[in-house]
Amino acid sequence: MPLRRYYAHREGGTDVIETAVQVTELTRDEQKHLDEIFAKYPKEEPSLIMVLQDVQDKLNWLHPDALDQVAEVLHVPRARVQSVATFYRAFSLEPRGKKLIKVCMGTACHVRGAKTLVDEFERRLNIKAGHGVSEDGMFSMETVNCVGACAMAPAVVVQDNYYAKVGAKNLEKIIKQERQS
Amino acid sequence: MSAAKAKTAKFSSPADLTAFAEKAVKKTEKRELEIRVCAGPGCLALGARKIYQEFEEQLEANKSALKKKGLDIKATLSAKCTGCHGMCEAGPVVTMEPSSLFYTHVKPKDVEEIVLKTILEDEIVERLLYHQEPRKGGGQVEHYTDIPFYSLQNRVALRWVGVVDPLSFEDFVAVGGMKAFIKALTEMSPEEVVEEVYQSGLRGRGGAGFSTGRKWQGALRVKKDRVWLICNGDEGDPGAFMDRAIMEGDPYSVIEGMMIGAYALGATDGYLYVRHEYPLAVENLEKAIAKLTEMGLLGENILGTGMTFNLKISRGGGAFVCGESSALMRSLEGKVGEPRAKYVRSVEKGLHDEPTVLNNVETFTCIPRIIEKGAHWFASMGSENSKGTKAFSLVGKVKHTGLIEVPMGRRLREIIYEIGGGILNDRPFKAVQTGGPSGGCLPADKLDLPVDFDTLSRAGSMMGSGGMIVMDDQTCMVDIAKYFINFLIGESCGKCVPCREGLRQVYDLLDKITNGEGVPEDIDKIEKLCHTMEVASLCALGKSAPYPVTSTLLYFKDEYLEHINEKKCRAGVCKKLITYDINKDCIGCLLCKKNCPTEAISGENKKLHVIDQDLCIQCGICYDVCPVDTVDIISGGVIVNRAAETPTKEKAKAAAKS
Repeated sequence: MPLRRYYAHREGGTDVIETAVQVTELTRDEQKHLDEIFAKYPKEEPSLIMVLQDVQDKLNWLHPDALDQVAEVLHVPRARVQSVATFYRAFSLEPRGKKLIKVCMGTACHVRGAKTLVDEFERRLNIKAGHGVSEDGMFSMETVNCVGACAMAPAVVVQDNYYAKVGAKNLEKIIKQERQS
Repeated sequence: MSAAKAKTAKFSSPADLTAFAEKAVKKTEKRELEIRVCAGPGCLALGARKIYQEFEEQLEANKSALKKKGLDIKATLSAKCTGCHGMCEAGPVVTMEPSSLFYTHVKPKDVEEIVLKTILEDEIVERLLYHQEPRKGGGQVEHYTDIPFYSLQNRVALRWVGVVDPLSFEDFVAVGGMKAFIKALTEMSPEEVVEEVYQSGLRGRGGAGFSTGRKWQGALRVKKDRVWLICNGDEGDPGAFMDRAIMEGDPYSVIEGMMIGAYALGATDGYLYVRHEYPLAVENLEKAIAKLTEMGLLGENILGTGMTFNLKISRGGGAFVCGESSALMRSLEGKVGEPRAKYVRSVEKGLHDEPTVLNNVETFTCIPRIIEKGAHWFASMGSENSKGTKAFSLVGKVKHTGLIEVPMGRRLREIIYEIGGGILNDRPFKAVQTGGPSGGCLPADKLDLPVDFDTLSRAGSMMGSGGMIVMDDQTCMVDIAKYFINFLIGESCGKCVPCREGLRQVYDLLDKITNGEGVPEDIDKIEKLCHTMEVASLCALGKSAPYPVTSTLLYFKDEYLEHINEKKCRAGVCKKLITYDINKDCIGCLLCKKNCPTEAISGENKKLHVIDQDLCIQCGICYDVCPVDTVDIISGGVIVNRAAETPTKEKAKAAAKS
């Protein structure tokens, strides 16, 4: 199995984290999704971000082979595809768990203690913000700059479920609830 | 197209649309009762959708009884989900019109009671009413018009948010939507529209505050084959959600503003650039665009006048810097969102090197109001150089968190204490942060400043897009500065050195200080770095990046020095500088012991508990769960979490109940 190396997003402070990702072949389903996405957009550079967003939505991450195909189909250099993929926060260059926990780090959430939530999620799930998948393959976690739910700070979003006024003591329950549903 | 949709066939002239609007107005005039369930972000998170469904079911179940009262579900009674009502703290919120009855903290199980009692028997469900604060006379308030939070506001951009059903075009025209567009199209020349906007004194609501009229005049002068019109919905400032509320709650108004802009500037193509964190805004805007296209209000030959305007949505990729106009345009071109130096303005060469006019969501939403009511009306509100009103998201340690809109020039004190209801738990006020990561923190002695573009800039902060984050004595200002710098490190595009490297160096120094390793010279270093970034960075992000640091250094230097010299964080936030300790008032309830994630707490039932400092990770859970507030935060050798005269949690709760 080939191991490929990427620079993933910088998270928190000054560390640049290099992550080695185990890459498997694209499945037939995934390939089908890709073909559908390519059919939807004009084959030119301005479509790049939208195509990548759709790939991210369907595959849950940007598979390197998918990026190769995007470059070829849109006639964009592969290096430029990579630079766009690493630039925007919406894109993940490593696989994610089934559910993505977003901890809002907006200012309102910060002053009401969001940092503690990040630390606690990291500790409980043994993952890092923006990196890794919990042991059961269920969760990944990332920080978001602001989900625009400042009035309910601190906010945590799991898929489409918003949790308002979360404290460190509620995390266990949230994880349990999300694991079951 | 389905048969039902075929009824709203294309409008072929402005008169068609006016006739449709008149019909819609007549239909709503018949309504005797309108139930508005708030479906803003806050209320949705607390289950507003379910409440609405419950209403539908309950109304259906009591159909015959309602009919006896003369309330027919389709004709004279309507229940709808609207955008944000503003007072998110009280969510989920339900209001009844025309009586303006206001129910707070509504749960799905309360709906049956509301229908049976309030609607059928005209009785008020008292426990759902808004509780006035004891110091303001206490008691319950029935109508939202009597609550200072609402009565002191003046809504222009937000006037239909929370009023209309965001997905219903009929609802939108019934309250007066599209009137301004028709007026512009039939009664005004493009030049007159631009002149009207100029006269109104409207300044861009996105942050920089550039005169919208002047921008438009500039665009009119440029020779062009094609003009792009872009609406900037990439609301990236943390702590701000006005644009989100507008896009989700009143998408048609945003588009109407763009349509008027397109008519005035001769723009044939437009983009709505929406943040990817706002999926509901994208959904609502997409539906609105589809509807308007279907009815011949977008696309080619609009209302038979020959005007063409194609509008598309582009989802942002989640990069703060893309709120900067030139970066946003790069992003629309499918590229990495790096700003460019603006030797050539975008009204001459913007998107695809063609003339481009870009305005913020709130700016566009103000346009129809200005056209409809006239420039003088708009200019009559606000202060000398900042006209009109401004929406703010009032958040942080304030009682009534939510969305507000006030005329420019209101004092900070009025906004925070009258509208916002004061500081959470009545703790002392420390600072208010405005302008997002490019803004600054203002201390208590600046509370009497009027809020407008120029005053805030002079005080070392800025208006920004309208986030207003209130901080109390439990907020550490060094930590806040560090927070914003960390935020900006993640969001700097990395193109120019002062911003990219300067931020990292400043962060390292701030980190050193919050870890208790700072030395007095660090402050000089920070100041030098900040100055360099301010003068040498390429775009506004880098130029304004040092403001959170410089403003806290200006007003809260003593806190920096405390961290450095006494190794003390008076707010009890910086983890390396604090320890938790349980004092002798502990009742031995075992709650903290049970919740401690590292099992650092030992103790038995009804006996004093003790925290093992070697195991403690300063997560603060024990502090949160303690029912009698016996956990102290100690920093620099003193207890820092107890402000003088601060009521304990219990007392605050008891006060809220009474």
